[in-house]
Amino acid sequence: MKLKEAPNVIGVETRGRRTVFSLCGMCAVRCPIQVEVDDGRIIWLQGNPNDKAMGSSLCAKGSAGVAFEYDDERPQYPLIRTGARGAGHWRRAGWDEALDYVANGLKDVMRQYGGKGIVLSDRGGPFGDLTKSFVKALASPNYFDHDCTCGRNAHHATRSLFGVGRTGLAYDIKNTKHIVLYGRNIIEALQVKEAKEFIEALNKGAKCTYIDPRGSLTATKAGRFWQIRPSTDYALNLAMINLVLRQDLYDKEFVSQWVIGLDELRAFVADKTPEWQEQYTGISAADVRSFVREISQDAPHVIFHAGWMTARYNQSFYTSRTAHILNALFGAIEAPGGLIFSKGAGDAGKKGLKKLSDRIPEVTDERVDGCGWKYPHFDGGSGLLHLLFSAINSGKPCPIAAYIAYRHDPLTAMPDPDAVKQALDKLKLLVSIDVNYSETGWYSDVILPESSYLERANILAEKSGPKPSLHMRDQAVVPRFDSRPAWWIFCELAKRLDIGQYFDFESIEEIWNYQLEGTGVTVAQMRDKGVFSLVDKPILWDRTSGLKFKTPSGKIEFRSSILEEAGLPSFAEFVPPKGFAGDEFRLLFGRAAVHTHGQTMNNPLLNELLPENPVWIHPDRAAELGIEDGDPVEVSNQGYSVFSRAKVTPWIHPEAVFMLHGFGRTVPLQTRAYARGVADQRLQKGLLTTYDPAGGGNTLCECSVRVSPAGKNRSTTL
Amino acid sequence: MSKYYLLQDPDRCIGCLGCEVSCKTNKGLGPGPSLCKNMLVGPVKVEEMPRARFVFMPCFHCEEPWCLKVCPSGAVKKRDTDGIVYIEAASCIGCKSCITACPWGACQWNPQINKAVKCDYCKDRLDSGLKPACVTKCVTQCLDFGDASKIPDYRRERFARTMEPVAVRPMGY
Repeated sequence: MKLKEAPNVIGVETRGRRTVFSLCGMCAVRCPIQVEVDDGRIIWLQGNPNDKAMGSSLCAKGSAGVAFEYDDERPQYPLIRTGARGAGHWRRAGWDEALDYVANGLKDVMRQYGGKGIVLSDRGGPFGDLTKSFVKALASPNYFDHDCTCGRNAHHATRSLFGVGRTGLAYDIKNTKHIVLYGRNIIEALQVKEAKEFIEALNKGAKCTYIDPRGSLTATKAGRFWQIRPSTDYALNLAMINLVLRQDLYDKEFVSQWVIGLDELRAFVADKTPEWQEQYTGISAADVRSFVREISQDAPHVIFHAGWMTARYNQSFYTSRTAHILNALFGAIEAPGGLIFSKGAGDAGKKGLKKLSDRIPEVTDERVDGCGWKYPHFDGGSGLLHLLFSAINSGKPCPIAAYIAYRHDPLTAMPDPDAVKQALDKLKLLVSIDVNYSETGWYSDVILPESSYLERANILAEKSGPKPSLHMRDQAVVPRFDSRPAWWIFCELAKRLDIGQYFDFESIEEIWNYQLEGTGVTVAQMRDKGVFSLVDKPILWDRTSGLKFKTPSGKIEFRSSILEEAGLPSFAEFVPPKGFAGDEFRLLFGRAAVHTHGQTMNNPLLNELLPENPVWIHPDRAAELGIEDGDPVEVSNQGYSVFSRAKVTPWIHPEAVFMLHGFGRTVPLQTRAYARGVADQRLQKGLLTTYDPAGGGNTLCECSVRVSPAGKNRSTTL
Repeated sequence: MSKYYLLQDPDRCIGCLGCEVSCKTNKGLGPGPSLCKNMLVGPVKVEEMPRARFVFMPCFHCEEPWCLKVCPSGAVKKRDTDGIVYIEAASCIGCKSCITACPWGACQWNPQINKAVKCDYCKDRLDSGLKPACVTKCVTQCLDFGDASKIPDYRRERFARTMEPVAVRPMGY
């Protein structure tokens, strides 16, 4: 054990009572938190009240951070594989040995294929400067995030219209008068501040229209719920646009000043009437008419939420894009209660954090996934991970031989993990850096255990938004095991790979001081509050002259130059989905408020609240198949089958079955979660390589499964 | 009854169960005992819409607590100052009489120490001027705690506002 060598922040070992302001790490939202420590032990976690929008609130996952910290069922020291991949045979290694092992493997790959033979994927977020810099310093263009199975369609849709990415526009939910949600399940796919604002807005009389094949808990809060037929939201949006234009309900002043392509849009939707959409969506034309009339009266304080987790259908990109077209038509851009441009430090007249990547030469090689060059309409910043696996298989356009998965679990996140494994088997080196035993970690050659979010500090984060701010994740306690913070792991690897000059830091305080150079903000100030707002009030640009659309035309591009240059239509014809009958269903998935993707199923307290995921099935379809509520059922697709239990409920569309994502864990060391519930991604056979051609997102809900009753005595199995 | 109220505004509640986990971590409890429980009722169909209720059940801190009456060791106590009913762990002999007696399921079994445990409104936090753990961290502030003689009027105000979407206030203000 080399615990003493763990690079702790100064003062973390002080005895007695301490208050530490930090950022939660139980999900990727990273809420500001206040940590109370007594003699080196976490005794209380709550929201950081220095962030007024947060207050002292914390969700179940956030509070369960204490249970996570004091759980032994996480990687405790570096592990090097001794058996076949995935066999679960490991030996314990010291950090020097494990880092040398990884560095030597990477060097071999670099000698043979150059830096571009190395790939790293993580889950994005505000600390990305560290991993992106590491990949850049290796002269590899191949940094990936997880977003092809998340918000990429919404990201590219936003970019095609406004020239900024998905988070370039913030939803001003707190002040909205009417919010339209297409399956954006605000109170279960939970972000504390967003949920607070949503409930606050409803309490003040805001309306909510919720559109989803499933009646989620968010639907129970909405004034209008349309249980839409899956994969038809795009038809609904086209009909709404048709009404808005035909009835002259749009903001003419705003549109004439900022929009190009209105005439083409008008011509395109001319025949997409409310009656036309009804045959596909199941939503009555009269309902659509009354909705459009109603929401137009609240413009511009309205939100058509373009979605977040939109890696669902073949046309999810166009669903997001038309939601944003409706926002633009109603003039809900840079309007209170609508959408507000995210501002950075520069917009606040301040200097932002200095980037680690600034000192590193630009990479000249092209991305292996073709994003940004072969596919000019796909953002080359973080690429599309699903395109990596076919590139690994084919060796084209260049061979990939090493993969570092940093707090990312492709075998849980990506569809069809067997197909992912086939590609991973071709790698010479697969490394997992994580705080959890992930499915990918278990399949890796080396597991480098990262210290928990309470045991480590991160590089500082700059968050853009109407009020740009700086955030600090500080270290609250010393690591319980032989783990290390990510910044140290990457600095140590860099030193071994002869790129140490870009990572010449001995402590996190040195990195913080580097980042804060010229900002006028000190480490002490960051520590004092945990969050540092760069402005007092939200920055609002002038709607008549001050909007900065970063599209080629500087306008909102209904007619998109990015799309048309890529040979894609600005306005695509709606493709009706096939029907599902008999024992065949479309498989949908979603989230619960007490779990984070596949990360928390083994948490002692969260596992207790929700240990399994039954299969939702509509009563009419269940009756046809002789399935009653609670019955064991078999769900299968292309030779893979699982046993689960039926939850018979009218709140799932008859064409679909639904299950929560993240269950069916296979790492035996996670004793609570092991073999509990079923994994939707394993049923998504053949979907690794299918994606929305315009948005790049995976089509995880273009999945059909067969459902049958399984003998009454059958217990739920993996 | 205790002199406090612990109100849940079901319209604001989102069923995130933050309250349950917050409570457990404050009391150092693992899986098993739940000193408060947020029960989901529904979703049921109300005029074709999915509607759910969340029913938050901490201890009611009864005026004549059955748990206290049946406790053979005097471990269940009631504070004179504010009526909080609590279990003094040092005196609990683990006989489970209180668990049997309580009609609300408020008394729970703590397998870590083989003793009974129940909601005490986080009296240690109250005594330091703080609110109970569940209330402090409630995501949407649907839980509210205070002196029962000063219960806020937000429900009456909200009802009144359904008549006219304008400012609503009690008469005389």
